[in-house]
Order: sequence, then C-alpha cells, then structure tokens
Amino acid sequence: MNATALNRRSFLGTALSASAFVLVARALPGGETEVALADALNGAAWHLPIYMGLDADGTVVVIAHRSEMGTGIRTSLPMVAADELGADWKRVRIEQAIGDKKYGDQNTDGSKSVRDFYTPLRAEAATARMMLESAAAQKWGVPASECSAQNHQVVHAKSGRKADFGELVASAAQQPLPKNDDLKFKAASEYRYIGKGVPITDMNAIVTGKGVFGMDAAVPGMVYASVEHPPVFGSTVKSLDDADAKKVAGVSQTLRIPPLKLPYGFQPLGGVAVIADNTWAAFQGRKKLNVQWTESAHDSHESAAYRKTLEAASATAAHVERNEGDVDAAFSSAAGTHEAAYYAPYLAHAPMEPPVAIAQYQDGKVTAWAPTQNPQAVQDTVAAAVGCKPADVVCNVTLLGGGFGRKSKTDYVAEAAMLSKQLGGKPVKVVWSREDDIKFDFYHSSSSTYFKAALDAKGRPTAWLQRSTFPSIMAMFDPNARYGGFSLGMGFTDVPFEIANFRAENGAAEAHVRIGWLRSVANIYHAFGVQSFADELAQKAGRDRVEYLLDLIGSDRNFVTNPPQMKGFDFETARLKRVLTQVAEQSGWAKFKPSKGHALGVAVHRSFLTYVASVVEVVIDDNGKVKIPRVDTVVDAGLVVNPERAKSQFEGAAVFGAGIALMSEITAANGRIKQSNFNDYRVARINEAPVDVRVTIVKNDSAPPAGIGEPGVPPIAPAITSAIFAATGKRIRELPVKSQLA
Amino acid sequence: MSIQLQVNGAARQFDGDPEMPLLWYLRDLLQLTGTKFGCGAGLCGACTVHLNGEAVRACQTPLKEAAGKKVLTIEGLSTHGDHPLQKAWAAANVPQCGYCQSGQIMQAAALLKTHAKPSDTQIDDAMQGNICRCGTYQRIRQAIHMAANGGKA
Repeated sequence: MNATALNRRSFLGTALSASAFVLVARALPGGETEVALADALNGAAWHLPIYMGLDADGTVVVIAHRSEMGTGIRTSLPMVAADELGADWKRVRIEQAIGDKKYGDQNTDGSKSVRDFYTPLRAEAATARMMLESAAAQKWGVPASECSAQNHQVVHAKSGRKADFGELVASAAQQPLPKNDDLKFKAASEYRYIGKGVPITDMNAIVTGKGVFGMDAAVPGMVYASVEHPPVFGSTVKSLDDADAKKVAGVSQTLRIPPLKLPYGFQPLGGVAVIADNTWAAFQGRKKLNVQWTESAHDSHESAAYRKTLEAASATAAHVERNEGDVDAAFSSAAGTHEAAYYAPYLAHAPMEPPVAIAQYQDGKVTAWAPTQNPQAVQDTVAAAVGCKPADVVCNVTLLGGGFGRKSKTDYVAEAAMLSKQLGGKPVKVVWSREDDIKFDFYHSSSSTYFKAALDAKGRPTAWLQRSTFPSIMAMFDPNARYGGFSLGMGFTDVPFEIANFRAENGAAEAHVRIGWLRSVANIYHAFGVQSFADELAQKAGRDRVEYLLDLIGSDRNFVTNPPQMKGFDFETARLKRVLTQVAEQSGWAKFKPSKGHALGVAVHRSFLTYVASVVEVVIDDNGKVKIPRVDTVVDAGLVVNPERAKSQFEGAAVFGAGIALMSEITAANGRIKQSNFNDYRVARINEAPVDVRVTIVKNDSAPPAGIGEPGVPPIAPAITSAIFAATGKRIRELPVKSQLA
Repeated sequence: MSIQLQVNGAARQFDGDPEMPLLWYLRDLLQLTGTKFGCGAGLCGACTVHLNGEAVRACQTPLKEAAGKKVLTIEGLSTHGDHPLQKAWAAANVPQCGYCQSGQIMQAAALLKTHAKPSDTQIDDAMQGNICRCGTYQRIRQAIHMAANGGKA
C-alpha cells in the first residue's frame, strides 16, 4: 500500500485497525447536493469515505457510519456492501463508526442514508472485490476477467478453482486500485441480499436486553448528572440555593452550565447540574434545588395567542414562494370560491430513550459515548463548548432508543463534556428525565396554513392560493430568521396539482421556543393542509375523493420542484398517481360502503423523494372516540434494499401519524411548556394505534433509492381526518382531533 | 436497614436508601441495563420486570417493596435468549429501535402466564401500558400470538 493509504489507515479508529487490508480512501461517484434538510451546521459534502476491510481470516468488516435508531440502517448499508463484494453475510462483522468527516455525511436524518450511500458503498465494495479477483487471477495465472467473487470465495469457473477471501487478503492488498471508471458492478440478478433483506444485526442483543443504548453505556469512574434547565427559553440563573440538594445522599455537588449564546444552534440550554453517584440521587437532588431565573423575552409566549399571530400572518399577503398564472384575476372572475384554514400544534419527539450521554474531558480532548444521529455535530458542538478542535472529540455512537430528529441535536452531549471539564476530567453521564425531554425539546413547529381556490363548473380549481406560517428551524441558526427556508420545499412549494393559476406564500413568524425537525418535518402540516383542502373541494364538488385527487394531479409530467428537494430527482406525477390508484385497489376503496361512524379516508404525498398513498379506515363510537382498524399504504421509493425493514418503517409511520392526528400536542403558557410526561404528552398506545397496517412496496428498481424512514408519516393525519369527515360530517381543521368529536 | 432480594436467581443485598426505585438499583448498581428508563412515572412500561412473577414497573417500585422477593429481568428471562417470546420477537422482526422491547417482552411474558392463548383484546388490555414510539404494536400482537401458538404464525 502506498504512503497515503498507510497514512489514512493510521486515522482509522479501533474498528479497522486490526484488519489486514484496509481500502484506500478514494473519491467515489454519486455525490449529490442536498438542498432540503441540509444540516446548516455541517454543510460540507461527504468525501473520501472508508467503509470496509477484511481480517486475515477473510472476515469482512463493514463500517456502519450512519446511526441505528430503528430503521435498520446499521444492517442495510453494510448488507449492500457485503452483497456487492460477494461476501457471505455470516462472515461479515459490522463496526459502528465514530464521528469522522472521512465517512462523509453521518447525520442520520432526512431519510437519505441509502439514497446517499447506496452507490458509494457499492463502489468501495466493487473496488475490494476486483482486487480480490485480481489476487486470485495472479495466483492461478488466469485473466482477472474470468474470476468472480461469490459467497466469500473467488471462483474461476473454467477450471473450477476456488479461493476463500481469507486466502487472498494479503495478496489483494497489493493489487493496484482499479480506476473509478473501470469499476464493474454486479448485475442486479447476482445480488443475494439487496432487494431481499436480512434480519437486523442487533436482533438478539435487543430481545435479550444486551444491546447497548446510550442509556446503557458506562465507563469506569463516571458520575451522574441531571440538569435543571431554564424554564423559559432565553432565561438564565439569577440565583441558586443548592444547600438542600447537596444534603441528598449520593449527591456530591452542583455545577453551573453557562447560558447559550446566539446563534443557538445545538448548544446546551445552560442551567444547574446536580452531580451524584447514581441517576436517582441526581434526580432527587434536582428536586431540592432552589433556582431563581432571570426574565426572558419569551416569558409571555402562550400557545393560543401565538396561534392567532400565525393565523393572522396566513390570512394576509405574505412572501411569495411560487407564483404561476394570475391567481387574483382568476379569483375575481370565478363562479365560486372556497377557502379554509388549518392549524397544527407544536410536537415533541419523545423518543423512548430520553437524551443521555457520557463524556470525558482529558488534556484538551474529549471522548463521548452518545446515542446521536449526528456524531460529527457532536464533535462540533462539544469542541465549541469546551474550547478544543472538533478533530479532538471522539464520538462513539451507541444504539439509539429512537431519534425522530431529536438526536441530531447535540446539546445533551455538550452538557456532559462541559461538566467533565469542570470536574477535572472525571467522566460524566448526563441523563435527561422524561420531563426534561418533553419540556426542553427542539419542537416541531406549530403552524397555520390557509387555502383558497377558485372553482370551475366541475368543482376543479382554476386558481389555488396557499399560505403557510410557522416558526422556522432556521431561527436556531440565524436569530433574525422569520421565514421557512428549506421547510417550504417540504409539501408546500412542490404541490403537484395541475392548476394554471397557483401561488404559494410564506408568512413571517418569530420563534419563542427551540424549533427542530421531527420525522418528516414540514411535510406533516403541509400535507395535512393541502390534502385536507383537496378533500374539502372534492366533497364540495360531490366527487369521489380518489378520482378528484387524480384529476388535481393531472397529466403525467416530470417537474423540478422549487426549491428542489434534491438535485437530479424530478417530481414524477405518474408515480404519485400510481400509488394512489394502487392503494385504492388494495383497500377496496370503490366497493366500500361507508356508514355513520365508519368510513375510509385517503391522502397522497411525496416527500424525501418517495411517493406514498394511504387509505385509512376509521370507526368512531358515540363518545367520539376514533379507532383505526386498518391502514393501507402503497409506497414507491424506487429501489428498496431491505423491503422487510422498509415495510416496518411504514407500519410505524402509520402509528406515529395516528398519534399526531389524534392526540399529540405541546402547548406553552408564560413561556413554559405545559406538558411533562406521557400522561399529558400523549402518543399512540397499542389500543389506540392502527390495528392492521398493510404496506405494499411498489417494485421500481430502475428508480434510484429514495427515503424510507419519514415519508410514511405525512399522509396519515389527513387520511384520518378525511375518513372522520366521511364518517361524521365533521371537518377537522385543527390537530390533534382529541375531543373535537365528543 | 439492609434489604435482601433475589435478582435473576442470585441473592442480593442492598444497604442504601430503601426508597430508591428498583430500576436504578438494577441499572446503576447491578449494571443490568436491559431494564430501560423511559418515563420514571409508570407511564411507559420500558422498565417492566417481574416481581414474584408479576409484571411491575421498576421505576415505581422502591427497593423496600422488593425486600424478600424475587426479581426477574429481561437478562434472566431465559438462559440462551430462547424464551418463546424472544424467539417470536425475532421471527416477526418486531424491534425497530428496540429500546422498549425488553419491557414489552416482560409484560407479554406475564400475560402468557395468566392467559396462555390471549385474544387481541386481552393483548391490548395487557400491553397498553407499554409505549413503543416506533410503532411496532401490530408485530408485538403478532409475536405474542406466535409464542402462544408454539412458534407458529
């Protein structure tokens, strides 16, 4: 291996250091520029990834550089690499990557792990395979083109000779690197795992309780910390009396975490940490703290009043984001118009594992163990918090007990690092309580959307005006941000209806709490508004809702959304119509006879480049309680590498969406979040969730892999409210449904 | 006052605060981390263990209440991870993130002791205290049926 390779090898963490053969870093094809959901703190494109190696015995080591929070990505991407390599899955070991830019983007959100890394991982695996084939060819004195790797062996078919990868490792390492242009990929028919799937690598660990989540990590000598955060965003400690806290058995001391500075980013909120020798003692100490807080500019934040400001902004002319034809002229000449406004509240992520992290500060460097979606952001945030270089932060990534976007924000890891530094290098485990998690989240925006349509004789819109107003994620990175930024590309400016006069406007809103992305982000409220309004128009026209949606989508055409969700991916209306048509067939839509309290609803939405349609069946009892016996979902996500895991994501999305539709809501009063735990921040339980979610993944291997984790969520809420209207005549324009039907 | 108890068959003695929840004793003192912290308020079921054979929330069980009793955690449910529920959980590919699944399995194990072949309604009644934020409920239901049917779907 050349000097560069050796030098790069020295950068590898423990995962690959024992490997006999490590691939040289190289630029690989397939890099794309992400617009939607680009991490504002980590804009650098991925580069020079190093993902795999072989042990001397031929064991293939694949680096899982994305975070496992339930999508199965820790299995699926290594599976892709193993398949292209010709490895036997039983002889593949997966190692979790630390945070390091050399792996490319590690921020596991935006439903883009397979989308972004399907090609790079195959390219690196194909490189390794060709070098193994060359090694065998050299050994046997035959052309490399006659050798092929399969089932962990290189085979020379003509002579019947076979060599195990283990026999070839040393020689393969000496082979010249094939050029990118010379890489040969396997034919789709040769894949044993891609498109078929394997069970998750952590299955046994999970069902036996041995899996190591962030909450389960431990290092010798660590102490436990629980942090009292400012109750109102922007307030700071005015005075602290910690005498009683320090009397709690097991509590050793309290420490201050300094207040955050602009821009907020993913910094810790500041506050007072109680240090103890176990978690419970730290929690008990918290209860005994007496902290007075300073006033904050956000002290008067109150949800009902704030809602009025959002609705006022959506009711008046706002910033134009998309404009075709002449909406105003069409309205003034229209025979009829219809308008409606919708509201959706703040939401909390509430992953089952609350934020938790261990960090140790030593000699200007930090080692962290964290359930994080974004280990490189951990490096950046921790480095800024303790005053070191990002490269001097080692972030070990544990299993995540759920993420949903919360754990791409890294404040809790920085808290642990700051406390460890104050304690002279003692490792600190920061554990957030559920109350901390609910009260100090980066909330999904509350939102007001407004729609107005001019209608022709058939009830089809000749003009469509829509406005959306919500506090922006961008406010976390720019205190002056008042507009939606990339969130507008999520189900708002990319509305695929064929309407000659179309205008989309974005109202200004100020953020009074931390705002962050939650599973499918702005698609949630945009799909709720757009699909609900379409449902209203269909009803007004007296037309079948599926037929009406197909008519709205209109002709088969490809267009580039503005702003584009992602370069190189058109919006293909034929695919959207296909999933809608197919879900209607699968659900028995045309034959279903609704009755009082029992009906179907439908919605269709594209997000994260994936086309999804859902039909939801609801049964509503005399008390207004909604049951969901069945959800049918049809998905076109292009090539799907692990269909069984993909199905599970859409099953889960139906449950997540049902919670959003029916019960989940965060509200604020006096600047404080009112909810605190699962008693008042309600998420769907087994007796409230959709019972039978039937997911069909459309086989479409010619289209590139698109998103899986998020795009199942947006259609669910509007499909549920569509069904509720059909069952009861009650139009739901505000989420969650809660007691609106009582 | 020293508290004697049995955890997964082993005798244990605890000399600390008798008000400490069993959850934190298991996790922080015994390093039995299969029992998860989810809410600390008996609202989510992630910390479900068996106390003398009955499902309880370890976060709501002070150690004084465990005195003289037998505690069974996910680590002690089977010797080789081969309890019928563990096998069914794997066969049905139930877990997504997996964090809640120890508690789900322990709750289901208690259910199967009283209802060898539970109906959907009995499953929903028994399992509604256990939240899965990933939304694996239908597979949990399927896996419980599977375990009750000797591993057959």
